[in-house]
Amino acid sequence: MPIPMKSQMTMIDTDKTSRLSRFLDNDVVWSFTHSPMAMIAGLATLFFFSVALFAPIIAPFNPFDPAQVMLWDGKLPPAWAAGGQSQYILGTDDQGRDLLSTMLYGGRLSILVGLAAVLLGMVLGTTLGVISGFAGGLTDVVIMRIADVQLTIPGILTAIMINGFGRAFLPIEYHNQFAIYFVIIAIGLSDWPQFARVTRGATMVERNKEYVQAARVIGLPSWLIILRHVLPNVMRSVIVLSTLSFAIAIISEATLSFLGQGIPSTTPSLGTLIRVGNEYLFSGLWWIAFFPSLVLVLLVFSVNLLGDKLRDILDPKLR
Amino acid sequence: MTQLLDIRNLCIDFPMRNLVLNAVKNFDLQVNAGEIIGLVGESGAGKSTVGNAITGLLGKPGRISSGEVYFQGENIRDYTDEQMRKLRGRRIGTIFQDPQSSLNPLMTVGKQLVETIQECLGLKAKDAEARAIELLNDVGIPDPQSRLNSYPHQFSGGMRQRVVIALALAGDPELIIADEPTTALDVSIQSQILKLIRRICDERGLGVIMVTHDIGVVSEIADRVAVMFRGELVEVGDVNQVLRLPQHEYTQNLIVAVPSPDKRLHRFTCVDLIEGEAAQSKIDVQSHWLGKTNAGVEASVGPAIQVKNMSLAFRLKNSVFKSQRTFVQAVDNVSFDIQQGETFGLVGESGSGKSTVAKIIAGLHFADTGDLSIYGQKIGPKHNDLARRHSRTFLQVVFQDPYSSMNSRMNIRDIVAEPMRFHRLTENESQTRQIVDDLLDHVGLGKTAARRYPHEFSGGQRQRIAIARALASRPRILICDEPTSALDVSTQAQILNLLRDLQDELGLTMLFISHDLPVVRQMCDRIAVMRHGKICEIASNEDLFESPQHAYSQHLLNLMPNLGAA
Repeated sequence: MPIPMKSQMTMIDTDKTSRLSRFLDNDVVWSFTHSPMAMIAGLATLFFFSVALFAPIIAPFNPFDPAQVMLWDGKLPPAWAAGGQSQYILGTDDQGRDLLSTMLYGGRLSILVGLAAVLLGMVLGTTLGVISGFAGGLTDVVIMRIADVQLTIPGILTAIMINGFGRAFLPIEYHNQFAIYFVIIAIGLSDWPQFARVTRGATMVERNKEYVQAARVIGLPSWLIILRHVLPNVMRSVIVLSTLSFAIAIISEATLSFLGQGIPSTTPSLGTLIRVGNEYLFSGLWWIAFFPSLVLVLLVFSVNLLGDKLRDILDPKLR
Repeated sequence: MTQLLDIRNLCIDFPMRNLVLNAVKNFDLQVNAGEIIGLVGESGAGKSTVGNAITGLLGKPGRISSGEVYFQGENIRDYTDEQMRKLRGRRIGTIFQDPQSSLNPLMTVGKQLVETIQECLGLKAKDAEARAIELLNDVGIPDPQSRLNSYPHQFSGGMRQRVVIALALAGDPELIIADEPTTALDVSIQSQILKLIRRICDERGLGVIMVTHDIGVVSEIADRVAVMFRGELVEVGDVNQVLRLPQHEYTQNLIVAVPSPDKRLHRFTCVDLIEGEAAQSKIDVQSHWLGKTNAGVEASVGPAIQVKNMSLAFRLKNSVFKSQRTFVQAVDNVSFDIQQGETFGLVGESGSGKSTVAKIIAGLHFADTGDLSIYGQKIGPKHNDLARRHSRTFLQVVFQDPYSSMNSRMNIRDIVAEPMRFHRLTENESQTRQIVDDLLDHVGLGKTAARRYPHEFSGGQRQRIAIARALASRPRILICDEPTSALDVSTQAQILNLLRDLQDELGLTMLFISHDLPVVRQMCDRIAVMRHGKICEIASNEDLFESPQHAYSQHLLNLMPNLGAA
């Protein structure tokens, strides 16, 4: 009797060879481009990043150039309000800097600090988490208890503490110069337990899979197994977490700056601008605090949304 | 006999991103009251999809694209969601595969039963409880009155499956759909559950659709059998007739592929229908790299593996105080020798410690006491990298689960080449690549396989890749830990044939671990039967199957589903 050998599937051409087209054909990419929320969040984040990157080109003024800053133009309202001047679209701050330009440069600083801090936390946390999950036993206990202890203190307090130590040990004339590094280290160090926890869990799952045992049977040493087999397989959750942490890092930076512990007002970040604006809020100069806050909220919101959607897409169980 | 269910021309589609999967095509089946129909097919054949379609539980994005399902004369495709909900439970009961996950672990068994009975039959709490006791009694649970207050974890796997059956019967249904009801159970429990289903079917005059991949199960209890292949029904008929004189070529192949416990064949009559694309071009092993021995591995006489008085206890509960710790003896004073070139089988039910023994030999676990030597090299019970280094290249493992035994982020070439690159077994990278291609070809995958990733392959193909990887370090000893238990019968036959061929060509020594006695019968020269970490009996293949000495071996052999006796 003849066998029906016709394929069960009516396939549309999948024999693509180029790397790019294979990448675009990927399920993850497809899910991403077919989720409106993910696309909106992705494009908004991309917008903020490129605006920050090209701030020197886009910004109408350079707020760090004393020649362009007119003190007598200080505290001007936005262009459309009564008393506003057309060259200062969103008004000026207390020192006469164009608010739009300052925000562009400030957002740039915020994003830079956020990225660097997350990178620090990610490298530290992932390394410790993978080691902890893979080694188990006493190593695991020690690393995770340290993480637990740190998690009992709110992240922002840890950051303030680390920042404070840094300032205490450095001569006062270097403070402004090195403030940004302190902020990065402070936020990064307050961030690592999250990464350690997530990667430890993922590592423990991967460690028991047969491909790790197969690598053991081949005779690979543990560090090579971690590097070649475990790490690539836990990176998914790390990527999701770092997106979410990035949003938190931006807020942490803004909080530190708002509390006067962060970036000095000579090179303001979004948080510094909000702090300055806050002093004038009740004198009716609402725009100095309002616009930076709005940008901060939108930036954090879109990054958070992006992280959330990435998690949905990358985790097949939630899809 | 009254007709319960009449499925006419059923087609089910799964529209996906860039293709439409026709999971079920033109499916016709009639089920009468009082009969058990075995719905057989391999994974992906669409048998479970048919079951889900009947109860209206098709997972998204599946949909019935055409055809009718008549249940007692009514077309249930016209039913509203509310009517379907009432149909499930009250008129059609379902038994799922895994009793572990089909019961709510936070509710007592009694509560789950009473709730279902009240929902389905609208009885008062007291009557429902009386009925629950009656049901538990019916499915053979001793002392049902007091067991009502037990939680699911307080039952064993088999008992739990009995509770699931009681739940399926709670609404007094006319039809039961059992989706692989015994797949998660050990053989001894499997036959009890099958007998129970048969009895209930006879007593109550129920129709039962038994979805299974296991022809042995079908031969044991079904009246009629329906065979599915790639979404199509290829053969329906009386169970004896289909199993003895299969009409369709696919059914014939399926039955040939089932390992026979009665006589030992040298090869399975191969079935190239299922994974036929693999065009094999074998290499001449003798003159190839693969046929040469690794430097530093000298030929030795004597047994390949010697295990002496090996014991290992796993800690169940840890405590600072020695007296408070509890252990389970996973391996208990086990001794055996494996001669060079022989296939040694380790059989036993789950939890008997057979895999643990294999892992100790492979160096993935360490024994508490005992001696292990590989090719005369003493390794000892403990972690011993120095002694292991010697055996690293010539002892390899083929794992059970082809889906997790490969790093999904690496392509096939890197996976297979890893042992060669790590041990520097080849002179240069181009030679490595050439050997990887040859290996993949030799195990029956095309040359193009090297550039692809594991997820692009089916379970059987992945197991071939795993075998290629194991061969890549030119091993003398291959440990196969349930290498085919995750595969379909016909794929299993191919993989077993492949292992046989490789053993003949390369003179491999094999340690073959399986719970499946017919497979062991086909593959092994000598067999050790394990139970609770101890070896009950070591005997040659013929001796064990013809005249088992130990009571436990006899018990296991009696439980084997036997196709010939059907």
